[in-house]
Amino acid sequence: MKTPLGMVRGLGSAKTGTEHWWLQRVTAIANIPLVLFLVIFILCHLGADRAALVASVKHPLIAIALIASFLSILWHMRLGMQVVIEDYVHGGWRIACLLGNAFFTIALGVAALYAILSMSFGA
Amino acid sequence: MVAFSLPQNSKVDTGKAWPKPEGGDLREFRIYRWSPDDHQNPRLDTYHVDMKSCGPMVLDALIKIKNEQDATLTFRRSCREGICGSCAMNIDGTNTLACLKSIDDVKGPVKIYPLPHMPVVKDLVPDLTRFYAQHRSIEPWLKTSTPTPQAEWKQSRPDRAKLDGLYECILCACCSTSCPSYWWNGDRYLGPAVLLQAYRWLIDSRDEGTGERLDNLEDPFRLYRCHTIMNCAKACPKHLNPAKAIAEIKKMMVERRL
Repeated sequence: MKTPLGMVRGLGSAKTGTEHWWLQRVTAIANIPLVLFLVIFILCHLGADRAALVASVKHPLIAIALIASFLSILWHMRLGMQVVIEDYVHGGWRIACLLGNAFFTIALGVAALYAILSMSFGA
Repeated sequence: MVAFSLPQNSKVDTGKAWPKPEGGDLREFRIYRWSPDDHQNPRLDTYHVDMKSCGPMVLDALIKIKNEQDATLTFRRSCREGICGSCAMNIDGTNTLACLKSIDDVKGPVKIYPLPHMPVVKDLVPDLTRFYAQHRSIEPWLKTSTPTPQAEWKQSRPDRAKLDGLYECILCACCSTSCPSYWWNGDRYLGPAVLLQAYRWLIDSRDEGTGERLDNLEDPFRLYRCHTIMNCAKACPKHLNPAKAIAEIKKMMVERRL
């Protein structure tokens, strides 16, 4: 039997959200050149064999750009997906989905980094 | 809360077709009816109104129906000139004020529902308790620590101009109840109307509680559920832009940390 005002005030303000909103914009801006690079990189290697691809990734600038692309895109993806989950998923499922979202993007990121680094530094 | 379909007890049945009155210029009205007393699903009743003896606005037709055909039809109205916000309802698919909506602007039967996604008290009367509590929660009054001056609090003309496009809000709830984010998370998201009101106090040069106000709004749900869908600006019968006010609040949030 809470009053309407008591229910609206709830647990109070989380004093957060701006960081999320800001980083969504920062990664969106970063994604513009990075996705462009990624598209060009893929177009340049259409039909190339593995040796040619690895040779390209051995170049430090290309490896760095690839790492930056994956970090920025995955970070942006996680932030965006978090918004969708918060919008549409209610109750206990919300926390489960947010955890899944975090683990999924981190796993993808770690795997991508490992792949890029192993090509860049590998034999 | 998100739902793919209406709950069983909210599905709208075909209702009664009321006898057509005499007259040559008849317009058809399909109006949502629901009463808490009869334990039935809502229904859509059909009425006909002779436009030769009816005013031009949807509210005129509603009042005529209530006076001449069906005294049980329940709706809120007061000023009948777009300043009280009482007759907010969903007409022809858009939230608006019945007193400002011209019947001629609607093609075909005029469909009238209560404001969407709010509990219904009866017929076209929604329960706005939470909406009003949300407005109360942003403390919509001047907050100052400086001792109150003997005369009025001074405000320059440019500072006063910043309140234009904000002070005109009549809290009819057309915008908030048109917002999908408010539908799904209305228990925690404050909604466009209340955030526009919040900005009205944030931007007031006389107010000294700006930081505290921003603190209370900085929340993933209270403020950041706005995804610039813009239904609010489309619905507003006073032609205000709550989405812009919300964007300005977000800018203030960033400004104070950069």
